[in-house]
Amino acid sequence: MARVFGSSIKRREDPSLITGAGQYTDDLKLPNMAYAAIVRSPHAHARIRSIDTSKATALDGVIAVFTGEDIKKSGTPGVVPVGWLLPDMKIPPHPVLASETARYVGDAVAVVLAEDRYRAQDAVDLVEVDYDPLPVVTNPAKTVEEGAPQLHAEAANNIAFDWELGDKTKTDEAFPKAAHVLKVNIRNNRLIPQAIEPRAALASYDDSKGQLTVWMTSQNPHIHRLLMSLASLGLPEHKIRVIAPEVGGGFGSKIHHYPDEVIACWCSMQLHRPVKWTATRSEANLTDAHGRDHVTEAEMALDENARIVGVRVKTYANMGAYLSTFGPLVPTYLHGTLLSGEYDIPAIYCNVIGTFTNTTPVDACRGAGRPEATFIIERLMDLAAEELGLDPVEIRRRNFISPDAFPYQTQVALQYDSGNYGPALDRALEMVDYKNLRAEQERRRGEGGKLLGVGLSTYIEACGLAPSAVVGSLGAQAGQWESGEVRVHPTGTVTVYTGSSAHGQGHHTTFAQIVADRLGIDPDNVEVIHGDTDKVPFGWGTYGSRSAAVGGSAIAVSTDKVIEKGRQIAAHLLEASEEDVVFEEGKFFVRGAPDKSQTLNDIALQAHLAHNLPPGVEPGLSATSFYDPANFTFPFGTHIAVLEVDPETGEVKLLRYVAVDDVGNVINPMIVDGQIHGGIAHGIAQALWEEAIYDGNGQLLTGELLDYAVPKPHMLVSFELDRTVTPCPHNPLGVKGVGETGTIASPAAVVNAVVDALKSYGIKHLDMPLTPEKIWRAIHQSGRS
Amino acid sequence: MYPAKFEYYRANTLQETIHLLQQHSGAKLLAGGHSLIPIMKLRLAQPPVLIDIGRISELSGVMKTDGRLRIGSLTTHAMLAASEAVKKHCPILAEAAAQIADPAVRNKGTIGGNLAHADPGSDLPAVTLALDGVIHITGPEGDRQVNASDFFLDLLTTDLKPEEVLTAVELPALEERTGSCYLKFEHPASGYAVCGAAAVVALGGDGSCERAGLCFNGVTATPYRASAVTEALAGRNLEDATIDQAVTEHLSIDDPMGDTYASGPYRVELAKVYSKRALKKARDRARS
Ligand SMILES: Cc1cc2nc3c(=O)[nH]c(=O)nc-3n(C[C@H](O)[C@H](O)[C@H](O)COP(=O)(O)OP(=O)(O)OC[C@H]3O[C@@H](n4cnc5c(N)ncnc54)[C@H](O)[C@@H]3O)c2cc1C
Repeated sequence: MARVFGSSIKRREDPSLITGAGQYTDDLKLPNMAYAAIVRSPHAHARIRSIDTSKATALDGVIAVFTGEDIKKSGTPGVVPVGWLLPDMKIPPHPVLASETARYVGDAVAVVLAEDRYRAQDAVDLVEVDYDPLPVVTNPAKTVEEGAPQLHAEAANNIAFDWELGDKTKTDEAFPKAAHVLKVNIRNNRLIPQAIEPRAALASYDDSKGQLTVWMTSQNPHIHRLLMSLASLGLPEHKIRVIAPEVGGGFGSKIHHYPDEVIACWCSMQLHRPVKWTATRSEANLTDAHGRDHVTEAEMALDENARIVGVRVKTYANMGAYLSTFGPLVPTYLHGTLLSGEYDIPAIYCNVIGTFTNTTPVDACRGAGRPEATFIIERLMDLAAEELGLDPVEIRRRNFISPDAFPYQTQVALQYDSGNYGPALDRALEMVDYKNLRAEQERRRGEGGKLLGVGLSTYIEACGLAPSAVVGSLGAQAGQWESGEVRVHPTGTVTVYTGSSAHGQGHHTTFAQIVADRLGIDPDNVEVIHGDTDKVPFGWGTYGSRSAAVGGSAIAVSTDKVIEKGRQIAAHLLEASEEDVVFEEGKFFVRGAPDKSQTLNDIALQAHLAHNLPPGVEPGLSATSFYDPANFTFPFGTHIAVLEVDPETGEVKLLRYVAVDDVGNVINPMIVDGQIHGGIAHGIAQALWEEAIYDGNGQLLTGELLDYAVPKPHMLVSFELDRTVTPCPHNPLGVKGVGETGTIASPAAVVNAVVDALKSYGIKHLDMPLTPEKIWRAIHQSGRS
Repeated sequence: MYPAKFEYYRANTLQETIHLLQQHSGAKLLAGGHSLIPIMKLRLAQPPVLIDIGRISELSGVMKTDGRLRIGSLTTHAMLAASEAVKKHCPILAEAAAQIADPAVRNKGTIGGNLAHADPGSDLPAVTLALDGVIHITGPEGDRQVNASDFFLDLLTTDLKPEEVLTAVELPALEERTGSCYLKFEHPASGYAVCGAAAVVALGGDGSCERAGLCFNGVTATPYRASAVTEALAGRNLEDATIDQAVTEHLSIDDPMGDTYASGPYRVELAKVYSKRALKKARDRARS
């Protein structure tokens, strides 16, 4: 029998989603529901002199208009907290409705409630806010300069934190002695996550029971419940139920705890009516936490044999106007820790300064810190290759951590548990036919015309943040284990409850595969439940490529506990000793005597009837686990981009994209490929198209899909994928994360390819996104056009 | 994303449309809705009244009569791209229509709406201009015709009066030994033209250039006609070098538009490169 684990069964969630039967938050309607619309600051920085709500309140169909003063008067805390603390970090308060100062375009200042959403929007236009505009700063490095506008009294020079990792002295000593030193200044472009479904919340407060139910677009309902209770609403945790119905993508943006969902809840508590708020696309772009936005100075030192002897990185990381939930984590422990890449580097030092600016808060966005780090290290590798006259492949091979060096302790805290980087590189080179490609490139260089570029990214990523005690010591105000409960019903079918909350990843399919494979049953006999704090045990949710490795492992452990209990019961019924009873393909039998067996169904029924159980064994057949991993998992691989640059216009045309990834054991190859495809598309888009651009007044110039370019199929090529398999040694499934690998690896591959194409112009680096005009200007300024 | 309040009327005939326009000042016609509704949702436009002309069948379809094509204003982009008559007699129009956005937009958007809206990034204005199209208009005072060269007045502004309806576009059927080409540099977000070059080349019996047309979308506020270039080509044998030289020496655009994605000078550069390429392709097509 072919194993269920490892087979590309079709996604079980799709029939409902593609026929439109899926229920998203905005599809839900409750009797007597009011619609909320939020009044947002059009200024990036302004004192609020006064807010006149009288005209809006007078409009027909308007139920109420509230401001921050009303929240204060209600006695509700009305703030959103930060969930990761760094040493000496400055934490300015973040009220859900600003009443004194607005600090970015989109900062919420009032909320309108109306009988329908059109009236609500009309009333928004009638709220009169008297603003006194203040000077604005948007650049994460310039904001610390003397004379820059100050955002918060709590944070001198707009510095939230000044963090370091690695051995500074050792690193500084490596540079003067080095044979070669390369330096590059990088602006890692700010991204808007662009989940297809904008954020939404439907809050319903039942005054008679003191019970709040919130349906919301959440990647982690328990975190949202916890923060709603602890920090924002002051309601007891057991009186709040958070439900994530179908969630249409997140890319990180639905991890965070935002003001808007709190506002909806608070309004429902005031009105004693259900209140729905749904972001428009424009609102989503202004208020969903953005990603990246680093200003970095990076250096690499190498010896005469092209071996890296040191890496030094200084980054100004834009936090935006307030600290978002996990904002401080991203440029620090998810970024500095990745700076060793796949390489054996004896000295690394990283300094990150997190700064406030008059922009949308910045937090985790697919990849979160790791794309920034990978970009730095992979750009430096190419610069070094160019400087030393080596092929980019050769310099990488010389510096790879050797396969027998694992577990490998990097200079930046992480201990890589496993890895073997050569085979993935070899396979990718073979797939693109690297030698011939280089020969063709040479030939074309002589001919003029379109320039061929080939770019590599040999990347590592760290995902499934763990273990909890370690992340706690680094500042997490959260654990990083996951819950998984497996309940076998009397008829032998199974329901699985997971704290991991899917929003497009396919948990209903892969988690069922894990259980079905272990129990030897049909995956159709396994149902997966998630996304409801009243149904599933506490869990930390879906982000950081953790679901399979952490959530899936919890389910595997619970399944094994169920099997163990089944074995006890089976041994009793078979009148054998437990050690002699084996479980294969859904049957318990005495080793060597498969004819006389008890099926899982038989055992499930007996467990529930409890007519004849072994002494001391409780009825029922279910198990719950809280799985806390021993370490991160470390996917890795090689990506190669092949493209053409039109020297006359600067246009880039992708020709091929090859990716060989090692994500450990694969539960469902089709779903894994889908994750890789999406990730690569996302990363290519960062390299070529996407950028949130602010003007000098802090206005977001690319706030609509008219200006902000998300990748569309005709802009991409068909990706060529393969994998190597190095199972994760420390989890029961041997799986690693896969949701972010593409986003982490691909920006560097694409930019390396473009810079490679432009070699003859002496161009060393270009900042993303590589728009045609940027390339065209670089060619013209090179003096060799 | 929620438009302001408006009244909605559906017109069944052209006459009824004009009548409704006269009754409701500030009313806007609704054709495919793919330019109007997005700006209403952003509340950049708040017309008090919409008059839906989408179901008036007399305004839709392509007709060929003695050497000319008459294209009803409600003909969709998808119909243009698929029409045998358009592909045969005005292939550049089918070529341009096929490059507009995605199937959803092409199935709803109309040529009349596209020209009436006069978005500088739209694809059909420069094509209409390069073909010396004639715009048919009906208003309370009856019918009138305007040459494309007099129709586009400014950014989002045309010669149409508030109570008039654009009813059709009339284009010459391209003759033997005439080639055309529409080449587009699209904005990666919107898909609109950052620079769209429309080139038409008619060759004489001896293979030299009898007539040429060259116009751009996306570069200036209204579609730009590069007359100096085409004049320089008239009567010449269209070698690559001749085309390159004519463009290099005679294409100068003084008032290009620019934005965060593509500056004015860059758009001018694009116009140069794209016009060379479009002219050469049109010439090759004329020769074959
Ligand atoms: C996502 C997206 C991408 C797009 N990309 C492109 C692109 O790449 N290239 C491109 O060319 N276009 C593009 N468009 C625009 C699209 O082609 C529109 O459909 C077209 O510009 C307008 O035609 P319509 O029929 O939709 O007009 P409507 O939106 O209905 O009307 C537009 C304006 O014209 C007026 N109007 C309409 N018909 C008449 C008439 N017969 N007489 C007088 N006035 C009239 C209306 O009152 C309104 O002011 C895009 C649109 C979208 C939504």
